[in-house]
Amino acid sequence: MDQKEVLSLKKTAANIRKGVVQSTCAAGSGHPGGSLSIADIMTYLYFKEMNINPKEPKNPDRDRFVMSKGHCAPVLYSTLAERGFFPKEDLVTLRKTDSYLEGHPNMNTVPGVDMSTGSLAQGMSASVGMALAGKLDKKEYRVFVGIGDGELEEGQVWEASMAAAHYKLDNLICFVDYNGLQIDGKITEVMNPEPIADKFKSFGWYVQSIDAHDFNQIKEAVENVKNQKGKPNMIVAHSVKGKGVSYMENQAGWHGVAPKQDECDRALAELDEYIASIDL
Amino acid sequence: MAGNIATRAAYGDALAALGVDERIVVLDADLSKSTKTDAFKKKYPERHINMGIAEGNMMSVAAGLASCGKIVFASSFAIFAAGRAFEQVRNSICYPGLNVKIGATHAGISVGEDGASHQSIEDIALMRSIPNMAVISPSDAYCTTFAVKAAIEHDGPVYLRLGRLNVPAVHQENTRFEFGKGVMLRDGTDVTVIASGLMVQYALEAAKLLEEEDINARVIDIHTIKPIDRDIIIKAAKETGCIVTAEEHTIVGGLGSAVAEVVCGEYPVPVKMVGVMDKFGKSGNPYELLKLYGLTAGNIADKAIEAIQML
Repeated sequence: MDQKEVLSLKKTAANIRKGVVQSTCAAGSGHPGGSLSIADIMTYLYFKEMNINPKEPKNPDRDRFVMSKGHCAPVLYSTLAERGFFPKEDLVTLRKTDSYLEGHPNMNTVPGVDMSTGSLAQGMSASVGMALAGKLDKKEYRVFVGIGDGELEEGQVWEASMAAAHYKLDNLICFVDYNGLQIDGKITEVMNPEPIADKFKSFGWYVQSIDAHDFNQIKEAVENVKNQKGKPNMIVAHSVKGKGVSYMENQAGWHGVAPKQDECDRALAELDEYIASIDL
Repeated sequence: MAGNIATRAAYGDALAALGVDERIVVLDADLSKSTKTDAFKKKYPERHINMGIAEGNMMSVAAGLASCGKIVFASSFAIFAAGRAFEQVRNSICYPGLNVKIGATHAGISVGEDGASHQSIEDIALMRSIPNMAVISPSDAYCTTFAVKAAIEHDGPVYLRLGRLNVPAVHQENTRFEFGKGVMLRDGTDVTVIASGLMVQYALEAAKLLEEEDINARVIDIHTIKPIDRDIIIKAAKETGCIVTAEEHTIVGGLGSAVAEVVCGEYPVPVKMVGVMDKFGKSGNPYELLKLYGLTAGNIADKAIEAIQML
């Protein structure tokens, strides 16, 4: 990608991050930390890679995205809104009684959400089902899935991983958002899932490791996937929890706590300043 | 054909017979010879997918397939399908209302020798408590064939409760079944026995025993436990004055509870329950176990007399 393209993506990602901050602040609850760490991957997928059309969110030939770490609904919604699936103004209704923006993704109420998730690991299994359906129907669509590093502690992740490799689901592309933190602290201290890349390799996956905030690396990994057949794809994406909001970065405390209004204002000012600094 | 075969076998046969519909995909968790989905596998191997011994994953995979337009039958033993994978069934399948049918075989204590760990006596309670879920517990092969068809036609999750043991036909080939509607197998005026699954045959036997006591019992096969046939229950309460329920399941939260929920709110009459009395099963010959746990025609008849005496 040329520099202009990268800058444009960075700008979009910053706008998506603003939506995460605004929506969780308005809700008074929600999960900003892991939403911000996967924001660049979401941006690349929805603005560069995926075959989707906001006007036809249920098109059977579309690429799918499953947010298996469903608590990161804020970034999924913000990305979908930025991409035109529904009005951005609605983001601040997140988690409200009269809103369609459920605290965790609801495929029946939110345009563009491909699977209802929230209970960890189940989205990964569902994405295996979608990939199997694609193979059965000889369709070309791909299934992207975002899972958390803490989520790897769920046994069902490994059941799904075994099945994906057994059925050679090369149409499945999974990102581990490896920000190193879960609610109770560092993943290595709570329940160490390392070595993550080696584990997936031993389960029969094609594994790559990247910097989750480097658009060129994201692109390269996704392009590499296109040349490999017969294995499901795991991209271990090393990220910073809370990325883009200085006081949230690398703080486990921001996993499931919403910014208060003054904190929100600070975050938005930072992001606006960043956006203004991008000279396209 | 329909005499003395297990509902699990009828399930496999029905899947094979109806499998020409290319939307149907069958998942199994290493039990296809026992759940009888191997009958489908023989005809449509490309649409029979073994998920290995991983029932939780199987349920969420089923949800993913269903989200892409498939009608998925996910099969395992009831204890694993409804028990181990409860939360996947709830969150992956029922919450989004996806088109997954759970073929749960080996339900109840008639599993026999494998013992309590494999005898699901809580699955009706678990499954009917989930919003969007329908529950069908067929009594014989005819009823099972209907249940599989109804599951295919019903847009949304369905739990099919199937048994290991061979059971006699209690219906006729031309019995007209309807989803959500009970079948009155025998009319009566003094008491109504509402039964499901293999208990329907014993309900009919109980009616004969009661006849010897000059008691005229109505017998209903209420195959669909959710949505339950409120009309047939209220009518029975009004016309016969008391009710006995019979199920191969704990009396906590199962068919008896479902009937009582209707009766209490609509037309209160005595309801006596025959079922497993809040305890685990054990190993043993299935027929001996049914006797040991009171799942017999004699016990149904006794409860009918007790119910009548309360009036």
